[in-house]
Amino acid sequence: MTLNLKQRRNKASTVLVATGEINSETSGSMLQALLPLVREGRPLRIDLTAVTYVSSAGLRTLLVVYREAQHAGVSVTLYGVSEEVRFVMSATGFLDFFEAGEAAAAEAKVQAGTVR
Amino acid sequence: MTEAQSELVLRVDAYPTHEVGGYRVRAGKPFPFGANVVPGGVSFSVFSDQATSMSLVIYKRGEPEPMAELEFPEEFRTGSVFAMTVFGLDHENIEYGYRADGPFDPASGHRFDARQVLSDPYARLIAGRDVWGVEPDRSRGYQYRSRVCLQDFDWGDDTPLGIRAEDLVVYETHVRGFTRHPSSGVTAPGTFAGLREKIPYLKELGVNCVELLPVFEFDECDNPRSNPETGEKLYDYWGYNTVSFFAPKAGYAATGRYGMQGDEFRTLIKDLHAAGIEVILDVVFNHTAEGNEQGPTISFKGLDNATYYMLTPEGYYFNFSGTGNTVNCNHPVVRNYVLDCLRHWVADYHIDGFRFDLAAILGRSADGTPLPNPPLLELLAYDPVLRHTKLIAEAWDAGGLYEVGNFPAYGRWAEWNGKYRDTVRSFLKGDPGITGELATRIAGSPDLYSSRGTSASVNFLTAHDGFTLADLVSYNDKHNEANGEGNNDGGNDNASWNCGAEGPTDDPGINALRLRQMKNALAILFTSQGIPMLLAGDEVARTQQGNNNTYCQDNELSWFDWDQVDDNAELLRFTRQMIAFRKRHRELRSTSHPTGALRDSLGLPDISWHGERAWQPDWSPESRLLAVARCGTGDDDVVYVAMNSHWESHDLELPALPGGRSWHLFADTGAEAPYDIRTPGAEQELDNAGKYLIGPRSVVILVGRTNDPETTGTP
Repeated sequence: MTLNLKQRRNKASTVLVATGEINSETSGSMLQALLPLVREGRPLRIDLTAVTYVSSAGLRTLLVVYREAQHAGVSVTLYGVSEEVRFVMSATGFLDFFEAGEAAAAEAKVQAGTVR
Repeated sequence: MTEAQSELVLRVDAYPTHEVGGYRVRAGKPFPFGANVVPGGVSFSVFSDQATSMSLVIYKRGEPEPMAELEFPEEFRTGSVFAMTVFGLDHENIEYGYRADGPFDPASGHRFDARQVLSDPYARLIAGRDVWGVEPDRSRGYQYRSRVCLQDFDWGDDTPLGIRAEDLVVYETHVRGFTRHPSSGVTAPGTFAGLREKIPYLKELGVNCVELLPVFEFDECDNPRSNPETGEKLYDYWGYNTVSFFAPKAGYAATGRYGMQGDEFRTLIKDLHAAGIEVILDVVFNHTAEGNEQGPTISFKGLDNATYYMLTPEGYYFNFSGTGNTVNCNHPVVRNYVLDCLRHWVADYHIDGFRFDLAAILGRSADGTPLPNPPLLELLAYDPVLRHTKLIAEAWDAGGLYEVGNFPAYGRWAEWNGKYRDTVRSFLKGDPGITGELATRIAGSPDLYSSRGTSASVNFLTAHDGFTLADLVSYNDKHNEANGEGNNDGGNDNASWNCGAEGPTDDPGINALRLRQMKNALAILFTSQGIPMLLAGDEVARTQQGNNNTYCQDNELSWFDWDQVDDNAELLRFTRQMIAFRKRHRELRSTSHPTGALRDSLGLPDISWHGERAWQPDWSPESRLLAVARCGTGDDDVVYVAMNSHWESHDLELPALPGGRSWHLFADTGAEAPYDIRTPGAEQELDNAGKYLIGPRSVVILVGRTNDPETTGTP
């Protein structure tokens, strides 16, 4: 199964919409698509609504992207994660990183709001 | 430069030099053994001393037939190690094994069989039993398939916890059995992820260490028996027949079907550590799943039978394990293998300790003779990576070697103290004349561990092997009919007492006595010096209906029934408070054995023995009453424990306390709940300071302290 990737630029962020499976065959192309976006420095959202399966290599790729983004001070958010993918990510600990990121982002947003 | 970019670093060994079977390859590195991802490919390395040729067999994931078979060129062999890097493999989507050719000459110990594909002894992941209990297709030639994986888990700040041995409270449990019962309410019952959801329960209970029954890959389906009463299939539920020593059991992971069991297990360990709970693994290096001459060829047997197994001069398997074969663990190659394996679990899984099944075997030489200075045990004791890892021996084997108290320890090894179990059980059921030995056992068994300290003694009353605590007080005899062996399996020397009726009863008197006996057992266990170990479920009176050997019972006989958390809340509360009490009083956890020396600050000895009269213990053959007072380690409290296994009550004269202190009641198992136990620090001061009436078959715990509880206790 292949992976389709589409970019969409919103006012505040860049969205990468993935369709298919993220596995050892497809994760390389996803990494190639994502790393330049991370370097652009805009907040990045990865839409996994149409992703049916993320393999071990796929989860590692997502975490590498997260680490790269953290290194560059860019926020990365996953959304549209299916129940099954979410369970796998939760059981293997990968979700903790992204949830921590989401929580921190939410908190930053709240704080920014109060300042205003 | 970031980490991802650094992959661009050039290595001159990232290019193939040969072509074998259509694949680009080059000579691999002999070390490390196993399959390791290297730039551009995977390096495979395997040892066989007597193989005449070796092939790497590669399968596309899940396919019955190999996609490639690559014979190692002769120049890829260093010593007896075959090593090859294969380029262009999608490591996530392959399985691999080895085909070794060589002599089939059992009399010389060699059992090469080139028809078989063999598992890699160093495989870190195994496919083939991905989901628990799914009946495998045995027509397939290669059952337990080695897989390649990355060792790049993100541990954050996690590290083995290094809790002092004397502070441990060990909880022995089974990954599947702990949450498989429908009442568990977890997302993925029976898995590492399920256990992870129960961490709050463990924390509330107060244990700080879980000891897991074997988690190395095994084949739960390899039991041919069925339950003669119901016809239900029986399993290898406990998992003591190891198939692969470096691989976590896939069927214990909710994500095993995706091959993610490694990460799921690591996530469990990381979260247990975050909750202050260590992880000890029950490891089985005494035998393997390959059995004897009739057993299957899985890995060692076909790679190097004569190295890995203890063989008779005629080439048959020695059977010191009672399971068919015996690992030749003091052979230089095998002891390095065991070391590599344990280092792997400590370094890559952050495991805190190991309990070695039938560890007396680990002290035997190749011909089975017990060694005075076993190289394997010494190696593990001094290894740099394992230096702070807990090492616990089950210091006996099935060949009659019993080394409790004599296990070669090198200042490092602790032991399951079988004598503690036997003595306290015997006392509990009311055997006379036990008080002397009871005193020795609860003081940390100085007769066995005088030079090693109290923490060499893992004190337990029950373990997976034998009766649960509830069954210990409900059955005189084992009831193992469901195991399909005519009730001939399992131990007969249970030192149990049913309190007046065999099995379940409506008699309220018997049921009350059973509950009290369980509290007595827990009160003694948690006030004994040494490391206490609790069998999971004993805190809620888990029953196996009298079965004392549930190795094959993957059903409600073995599973933790979470409804009992509410049904037996009284016992659970009692257990929690006992654990909390132990944590509060360091004199119960002192590493040195008490000597009777006077504590100057209190004018009392560190330990003193009492009977009905203070300072007059009764060691006579008919005695069933003993009291002990401890003090002076860490705080100014005095802890007094009176144990009465007599069926009559006795008036206790309490020893006088030094200035400003008075006796406070912490626990009396003879009292009705909630007065059976109190919150540590909130004990009730006694009205009659000098006396206490202990009821029939009861344990009473008092604290001698000042009236300001905030100043007492040392965590």
